[in-house]
Amino acid sequence: MSLLDSSLWEVIKASFNPEIWKELIVPVGETLYMTVISSIIVLIFGMILGVVLTLTSPDGLLPKRVSYTTVGWLINVLRSLPQMVMIILMIPVARLIFGKSYGINACIIAIAASCIPMYARIVESALLEIDKGKIEAAKSIGSSNAQVFFKVIIPETLPAIIRGFTVAVIGVISMTALAGMFGAGGIGDIAVRFGYQRFQHDRLFACVYILVVLVQITQGIGNFISNRMLKTRNLI
Amino acid sequence: MSYIEIRDLKKTFEVHGRELEVLKGVDLDVEKGTIFGIIGFSGAGKSTLARCINRLENPDSGSVVVGDVDILQLNKRELLEQRKKIGMVFQNFNLFDSRTVYRNIAYPLEISGVSKSEIHDRVLETAEMVGLSDKLDAYPGGLSGGQKQRVGIARALVNKPDILISDEATSALDPQTTIQILDLLKEINEKSGITILMITHELEAIRYCCSQMAVLENGKFIEKGSVQSIFSNPTSRTGALFAKVLQEFQNISFSEGEGI
Ligand SMILES: Nc1ncnc2c1ncn2[C@@H]1O[C@H](COP(=O)(O)OP(=O)(O)OP(=O)(O)O)[C@@H](O)[C@H]1O
Ligand SMILES: [Mg+2]
Repeated sequence: MSLLDSSLWEVIKASFNPEIWKELIVPVGETLYMTVISSIIVLIFGMILGVVLTLTSPDGLLPKRVSYTTVGWLINVLRSLPQMVMIILMIPVARLIFGKSYGINACIIAIAASCIPMYARIVESALLEIDKGKIEAAKSIGSSNAQVFFKVIIPETLPAIIRGFTVAVIGVISMTALAGMFGAGGIGDIAVRFGYQRFQHDRLFACVYILVVLVQITQGIGNFISNRMLKTRNLI
Repeated sequence: MSYIEIRDLKKTFEVHGRELEVLKGVDLDVEKGTIFGIIGFSGAGKSTLARCINRLENPDSGSVVVGDVDILQLNKRELLEQRKKIGMVFQNFNLFDSRTVYRNIAYPLEISGVSKSEIHDRVLETAEMVGLSDKLDAYPGGLSGGQKQRVGIARALVNKPDILISDEATSALDPQTTIQILDLLKEINEKSGITILMITHELEAIRYCCSQMAVLENGKFIEKGSVQSIFSNPTSRTGALFAKVLQEFQNISFSEGEGI
């Protein structure tokens, strides 16, 4: 059903047709799979880059100009690429890793590559949020740099890191819409193929509901965890 | 013989390409077991001096000897061990919000690899000493300023250090809480014989706790001696500079009537 020949209300009603939803079960699974795997990759590499950036910054724990400048530059370059360009650039990378440049794994690579630089910056600003006095106190007690980092900086900034990760996961979810480019399926692919190209707007609407709910749930979980931490710590 | 011995200590910062000489040759002798007061205006270099004693800041030249340890000669490893013997308390407490009071006090022991059961005993003992036994499960976020500073003091003392550096420990507290914290520091000093370096801009706090004091101005000590002689005879040796300090502090510190 299309908005071109039906009213909005009719399309909305049609979008709740069980037939449509039955067809969406598999794509939802694909989207969830891509989201989870990509998010884990983003978490790992974003954390590493963000941590390197913070530690090696001029007033970080281990100032090191070369790595600070290099990583900062790399992140900026990656962030300035439009998503489509990133996808094209990731095709050879995916081929290198998986031996093929299409499919769900290749798509995950492209999604992760797009979101890692963003999360790295989020991690950086979360880590920089810490009160310098706490680091000074930890050092005055005789903490090594590793102890300052793992026992003070990370636990103290964890709520902000988690909130930032929520933002990154939502970024990943919206990126999965591009999965169609890789023949990787997923909700976004259905939305684009049926909704955009074939004017089946009832399907498009159903996909939108699912994406909205996914994003809401993600944000809800992120807020819940970080707020509960702040409450436990009596900070809110 | 003095326990802390500082000679010709100099420290210059570079700020926006310009040199800022913060410590211009500081000499200091502090005897073991005393509470020594250091007073000075904001920006005089008090915190910088404190930070040079445990080398949170590396001085440019001079020497800092604590006991028989030449602080500036220590390598990285030795320095970390030495810092465990110098407790530090801060104006803003600098507690770890992610840790309960218990785990804040336990932190110094934790990083030294002390066993869980010993940590337990030491934390309880130290908490008892600062009067926090009923707050061990609380988080710093839920404590009053005075309670926070007690946690800060307990954290600084749990390693049984030889020296406690108190950098404006009471400056963020109201007068009543200030007195309680000062009483606590005096009591700890009497009981354990720990040497306390009390840095403050509150003249009253020094009068209350210290027998010896020094006035830091512009990166140099302009006056040193017994608190009594400096207070009873402020103009003879200190001249115009100290008179200015005294006047300044009378304006901002709590009034005489409050009983300290
Ligand atoms: N890391 C630093 N880099 C540059 N300048 C610094 C640094 N630390 C301190 N300073 C400067 O050195 C001077 C002395 O600072 P310091 O903190 O030692 O003063 P203070 O006597 O403790 O003052 P306050 O009473 O305000 O705490 C100030 O002008 C300050 O701006
Ligand atoms: Mg200061």
